[in-house]
Amino acid sequence: MTVEVKQEVTVTLRFFASVREQLGQSEQTLTLPPGLTTVGQVRDWLIARGAPWAAALASERPLRMAYQQVLCEQSQPLVLSDPTQEIAFFPPVTGG
Amino acid sequence: MKILVQTEDFDLSAEVAALHAAQVGAIVSFVGTVRSDAAVTEMELEHYPGMTEKSLIQIAQQASSRWQLNDVVIIHRVGLLPGGAQIVLVAVASQHRGNAFAGCEFIMDYLKSEAPFWKKETGPDGPRWVDARSTDITALDKWQ
Repeated sequence: MTVEVKQEVTVTLRFFASVREQLGQSEQTLTLPPGLTTVGQVRDWLIARGAPWAAALASERPLRMAYQQVLCEQSQPLVLSDPTQEIAFFPPVTGG
Repeated sequence: MKILVQTEDFDLSAEVAALHAAQVGAIVSFVGTVRSDAAVTEMELEHYPGMTEKSLIQIAQQASSRWQLNDVVIIHRVGLLPGGAQIVLVAVASQHRGNAFAGCEFIMDYLKSEAPFWKKETGPDGPRWVDARSTDITALDKWQ
């Protein structure tokens, strides 16, 4: 018999540009419910919280994501034991 | 290598002068500016402190090894910029011009599609976020 220990994960979420404005905040540190293992699942969980998350992070919106300050895909895994994880959501970049 | 994200303006000739060195036979530079027309009176640039610098260093390193660049300067301004202001400087030094032209363009193409900066323009109808252009993404195809 295997015993699955579901660990709680603490992450710092960061938001930029239009996403930051829609959410009315630039940063939030929170503890995720057990079972979330990827950046995409964190996004889905936030969307499920309703307004203003659902609109700001809507899956049909071409948002970009970063994990530990590096661009990533939805499939990016979280490291369950790392309490310093940073996930960012933002619109496509427009610098230069 | 010199990577700076700053609110202050920069001096193109001073940056280019600093790239002159014994092995350098070619210096190519690019300056991006805020367009000054009726539609845009000023522009605000937001960025992701920490990730921005990491991303620019990574792009500069990639360009340096691919195009054998002797040196790279990237300066990107943030904050409120009036019409006509300089936004970004990329200058690269190499032995020959081919690598310098390609290296400079490579850096700008990647910077525009990967470095976490966002522009907000203010015009007659108020401020609005600038949309990303699909041509900036397809510009990367030529480097594959």
